[in-house]
Amino acid sequence: MSHSAVVPAAGESKFEFLVRGEHHVANGTLLGFWLYLMSDCLIFAALFATYGVLSQNFAGGPSGADLFDLPLVALNTSFLLFSSITYGFAMLQMQQGKLKGTVIWLSITGVFGAAFLGLELFEFYHLIHEGAGPQRSAFLSAFFTLVGTHGLHVSFGIIWLITLLVQLRKHGLTNANRRRLFCLSMFWHFLDVVWIGVFTIVYLMGSLS
Amino acid sequence: MSEHNHHDLDHHDEEGPHSTFSGYMLGFLASIILTAIPFWLVMADVLSSRNATVIVILGFALVQILVHMIYFLHMNFHSEGGWNMLSLIFTLVLLFITLAGSLWVMYHMNANMMPGMMSGGA
Repeated sequence: MSHSAVVPAAGESKFEFLVRGEHHVANGTLLGFWLYLMSDCLIFAALFATYGVLSQNFAGGPSGADLFDLPLVALNTSFLLFSSITYGFAMLQMQQGKLKGTVIWLSITGVFGAAFLGLELFEFYHLIHEGAGPQRSAFLSAFFTLVGTHGLHVSFGIIWLITLLVQLRKHGLTNANRRRLFCLSMFWHFLDVVWIGVFTIVYLMGSLS
Repeated sequence: MSEHNHHDLDHHDEEGPHSTFSGYMLGFLASIILTAIPFWLVMADVLSSRNATVIVILGFALVQILVHMIYFLHMNFHSEGGWNMLSLIFTLVLLFITLAGSLWVMYHMNANMMPGMMSGGA
């Protein structure tokens, strides 16, 4: 037995951190990527804190209630939600070893992501055109930084997704590609989690005041 | 017990969590409902009190984040030997300190500024 920590299993305890039967992780990539996501989470924590502090400093300019178009945000949110479930379907296809299905669902995910990004860029363009650019007030600086950083993450996610589509076409569902798909899956769902914070704290709460 | 070990070995070269269709659908339906309700609360101006609305939508956000963590990110206490969860808990502590600390300190700094400087401070 290579497992040194042999603990007599007292029933099926759900709250053990180091369960006896757990083998060592064959490849640390997934854990390492998770740690990256956690550090990314701290970037967003700092940006959310900045936004929270500055969200009422309008400098005589427009407030969130004046600017935000909630139906547009709802549409954008649904794009991201749909992209999450379609990525899930891609993972299910991958589990069954179906290359074609994986590629199709991954492409649909990419389209939803691009739609999200397009709508966000449209919103930014619209705001800047109205004179509510990032230089207008501290509130808008914080808004553009927070939402822009999320959008930048989505952009990189789409680039990564396209890269993986090329990889899949070239090499198929190899172990390395599966691992990459898992990493992108975590990245994609993580961005969705961040977006929950964005639409609740920035858009919904901003529209209330 | 040895049976359990054997089961683990079977999946040794299969990396990452095992996902199911029902899990994804459950998470997806839950998150649609948990998104729709806060949007409805704000857009239709359902609750008269602003503070009540804020608390309710923050609650919905928290639940939805949990749903995403469990059904989409497959968080649990034993993946990667528990290190996923440990690093998440550590991050949440830092997250709380960053958010609560910043808001608390800056709120009091604003409140203690001279009245004449309060308006339009950017």
